[in-house]
Amino acid sequence: MKFAVVVFPGSNCDHDTFHVLEKVLKQEVVYAWHQDTDLQGADAVVLPGGFSYGDHLRCGAIAKFSPILESVKQHAEQGKLVLGICNGFQILQEAGLLPGVMLRNSGLKFVCRHIYLKTESRETPFTSSCKPGQILKIPIAHNEGNFFITPEELANLEKNQQILFRYSDESGDVNAAANPNGSINNIAGVMNRTGNVLGLMPHPERASEPLLCSQDGRQIFQSMVNWNAN
Amino acid sequence: MKAKIIVRLKDGVLDPQGQTIERSLNKRGHPEITSLRQGKYFEVELDGLKDKAAARQLMEKISRDVLCNPIIETFEIEDIS
Repeated sequence: MKFAVVVFPGSNCDHDTFHVLEKVLKQEVVYAWHQDTDLQGADAVVLPGGFSYGDHLRCGAIAKFSPILESVKQHAEQGKLVLGICNGFQILQEAGLLPGVMLRNSGLKFVCRHIYLKTESRETPFTSSCKPGQILKIPIAHNEGNFFITPEELANLEKNQQILFRYSDESGDVNAAANPNGSINNIAGVMNRTGNVLGLMPHPERASEPLLCSQDGRQIFQSMVNWNAN
Repeated sequence: MKAKIIVRLKDGVLDPQGQTIERSLNKRGHPEITSLRQGKYFEVELDGLKDKAAARQLMEKISRDVLCNPIIETFEIEDIS
């Protein structure tokens, strides 16, 4: 499987993501510069974490105008996989590929620590390798991860089962104490309506090797590889 | 020409920064302040447009497309002169 990792000015998880896909998952990976429009025949596109354009105006608000985004939109419209991690998630929201918007964390602090995620479904390209209801331990690192959406749109997300990951405690209980940033309904990751575009605030690339105290993030990448092979 | 644009958070959208400023001011001895919301203010200089109507049209477009996120914010063109 071939992945393209998009690089914006200010991306800082691009190399980590590339490393995990190439060295851990043993897949073909290329970088795609944001000013280019060529995704180089990639099966899946990853928008990595970081601070594209210094988070100026709003997170992802400037990056959405990068030429590569038009190619990413076409890629998504063809039903191919797109994964946005942290800032990549925010960019996909600003670009209209994913619903909602990220507000400042309710506690007004940059939160950088491991959290637990409840997997809501394994019938998706991003979680097919997970066990039913698997709890993933993956770190977050963000200042604007407070998922907000209008009540009407939230009802649609719930109804269409677009919410793939929620912040939970270690046992999988989704409660206020396990919510690190004030996100509505503990939302940590959502998909588009057709289920081929996922955005999540936690960083799976930082939890994909034994050295990094959790390998749970690897499940997400492995699921994409398995889905592509079938 | 010069345009001034204000972007505000919609009612009901959580504003943790505004709340923090409000609480701080309350603690500093200003209990009269019962609500404070933080927004953004833009000053834009323009050249080559034929009149104020054209300037307003352009400012509305950039406000809608770039300066505000319509899910959480509204904009107001405060002044064009």
